[in-house]
Amino acid sequence: MMKKNILALLLTTALSGGAQAETVFVTLEKDNALAVVDPIAAQLIKTVDIGSRPRGIAISPDHKFLYVAVSDENTIKIIDAETLKEVGKLPSGDDPETFALNPAGDRLYVSNEDDSLVTVIDINNKKAIKQIKVGVEPEGIAVSPDNQWVVSASETTNMVHWIDTKTNAIVDNTLVDPRPRALGFTADSQQLWVTSEMAGTLMIIDVKTRQIIKTVKFDVQGVTADKIQPVGVVIDKERKRGYVALGPANRVAVINAETFAVEKYLLVGQRVWNLAFSPDQKRLYTTNGTSNDISLIDLDSQTVTKSMGVGTYPWGVAVKP
Amino acid sequence: MMQGISSLTQLAISFLSVIQLLAITPTYADAKQIITIAYLSQELKIPPPLSNLDVFIKDKGVPGAQLAIDDNNTTGQFTGQQFVLKKFIVPLDGNVADTFNKAIGEQYAYVVVNLPAELTQTIADLPAAKTKLLFDAATVDDALRNENCRNNVLHLLPSRAMRADALAQYMMKKRWNKWFLVIGANEEDRLFAEALRRAAKRFGMKIVEEKTWEHTYDARRTAQSDVAVFTQVDDYDVLVVADEQGQFGEYLEYRTWNARPVIGTQGLTATAWHPTHEQWGAVQIQNRFKEQAGRWMEEQDYGAYLAIRAIGEAATRTQSNDINTLKNYLFSEAFALQGYKGTPLSFRSWDGQLRQPLLLAAPRSLVAVAPIDGFLHPKTELDTLGFDQPESTCKWSK
Repeated sequence: MMKKNILALLLTTALSGGAQAETVFVTLEKDNALAVVDPIAAQLIKTVDIGSRPRGIAISPDHKFLYVAVSDENTIKIIDAETLKEVGKLPSGDDPETFALNPAGDRLYVSNEDDSLVTVIDINNKKAIKQIKVGVEPEGIAVSPDNQWVVSASETTNMVHWIDTKTNAIVDNTLVDPRPRALGFTADSQQLWVTSEMAGTLMIIDVKTRQIIKTVKFDVQGVTADKIQPVGVVIDKERKRGYVALGPANRVAVINAETFAVEKYLLVGQRVWNLAFSPDQKRLYTTNGTSNDISLIDLDSQTVTKSMGVGTYPWGVAVKP
Repeated sequence: MMQGISSLTQLAISFLSVIQLLAITPTYADAKQIITIAYLSQELKIPPPLSNLDVFIKDKGVPGAQLAIDDNNTTGQFTGQQFVLKKFIVPLDGNVADTFNKAIGEQYAYVVVNLPAELTQTIADLPAAKTKLLFDAATVDDALRNENCRNNVLHLLPSRAMRADALAQYMMKKRWNKWFLVIGANEEDRLFAEALRRAAKRFGMKIVEEKTWEHTYDARRTAQSDVAVFTQVDDYDVLVVADEQGQFGEYLEYRTWNARPVIGTQGLTATAWHPTHEQWGAVQIQNRFKEQAGRWMEEQDYGAYLAIRAIGEAATRTQSNDINTLKNYLFSEAFALQGYKGTPLSFRSWDGQLRQPLLLAAPRSLVAVAPIDGFLHPKTELDTLGFDQPESTCKWSK
């Protein structure tokens, strides 16, 4: 069975020709599984059991390991990205959902939503080295590419907390629109983009002053305002465009990262949650929570070219070259 | 939690905490700003048990207030603000107005009131209350929001009219146009029936039959025989019941002469909060509440939670504890309260009612959320529920 799958993988890799054959990993919250997808061939390669209620997922900088928050088992599992076998567990604290890796890949920061904490984990020693008190219901979390900041968003306190990575202490807080959900830094670490689920907005924060410099309000024709619930956010390396998943509005907003104008709304699957670029940033993958699929957006043409069924409640997405 | 941490690491952590404190201190060098909030309620008489399933809850509201204070203070640690809650629970034979005058008196600008409609009115009219802002966390009375409205009172829970409109929207969507209205013998039931009649008119529904329940409230006698006989009326689509205390409404379902759904105060109900509600982060507050209170969150808990969170939100955003500053902010366009309902909540400027979606829930299933899709409003769909500005008879000057 295993051999057959590998053969199939090799075959599709060979057949897919020019495009880079990356692998997309998707956590399936309700299937307790991880879907492994060849996006170029638009094929679900396989689904492996991963544990109870998997949500957040990230890949190590060397692409050797996947980290998966297995919420109902109160741990983050370390998975070998080749064999897909569990090779370890990290002490994440209760009910881990979202987390962020630092650029070096040796620290992992986890939001513990019910306890108003951020847990700092030393990956090499598999130890929690600090718990930081943050606001009520922390969710979105991101590490700046220059490794200076960890930023945690608390949904009920309506703040982003600026944690200095050297001291693991909060040094500043920025009040934002209600129910901030996800965070994304620009590659130059100069801006932090924050989505507000309830206000239906994206806020651009200047990292130096930690002040909001622009608020973008999403408005999709034919979709009522309460359905526009911005969640996942990513910005391309050149800082040309940013992308925001709009939840039950079933769309991804394309934002000009220079003017902050919304250029386009791309229709994807239902309740789009999280986003990930392909390694060459020519494609964007979206997890569509309630239509049980992922969408592939071709970024050159800015169109949705494929959708692939993956399993029940696709939540997080990570891409391996 | 933290099982993985060795004592050595813990030592390191406490050392780090000291550093953290030192690092934070300069940011919040100013003395903490204190915001004190009073919570006023009266002990309840234990009603005769209608069913062994419903345990009497004597502290409805209190744990909701406590959770909100904790949430405010979690935020306050970053804004240099401290929120203090002082509870005044008047004994059954005590005098609420006396407590208000003597104990709350000059000291508290913000008072969360969890009292029946009549007492809420009495408190609002006390001279000592005129300079305060009262947060009504319990009443559903439409008169308090209309002819008897007071400009020192905000209402957190949806009024009877909002509930009736929410139900009517759903019935309209289902094309259950012909209603059989069944009303209990209490004054509250009469008021809810009035709200239902208003809703029927607003949404073009027809009340084809109307009856007052005059049978016993004993399940053994009532259930099979009385209900079957009572419901032998001209044809209707849905039985709409007004029985706020739940004295007979539960006996109607499955026992009507014709097979018809039951909606209103039993069967499918319209409520501000419900155990089946999990969307929009609600599951998180359900968990946090249950962990703290050891029971599900009731409507009055949600009302008290929203009241104190509203004060917290206004104080955080304005960096103030001044009553006029906060009051202005609470009524401003900028105010957006996160109430786990998927849309920001705000106060209606004409009657102080918190505009909010309503949950349409069966005992173990969330059926719909009102406003129902398709009911439109020029300003906000939330104002399709209850008394909209042109319909309001509230005169703020009183």
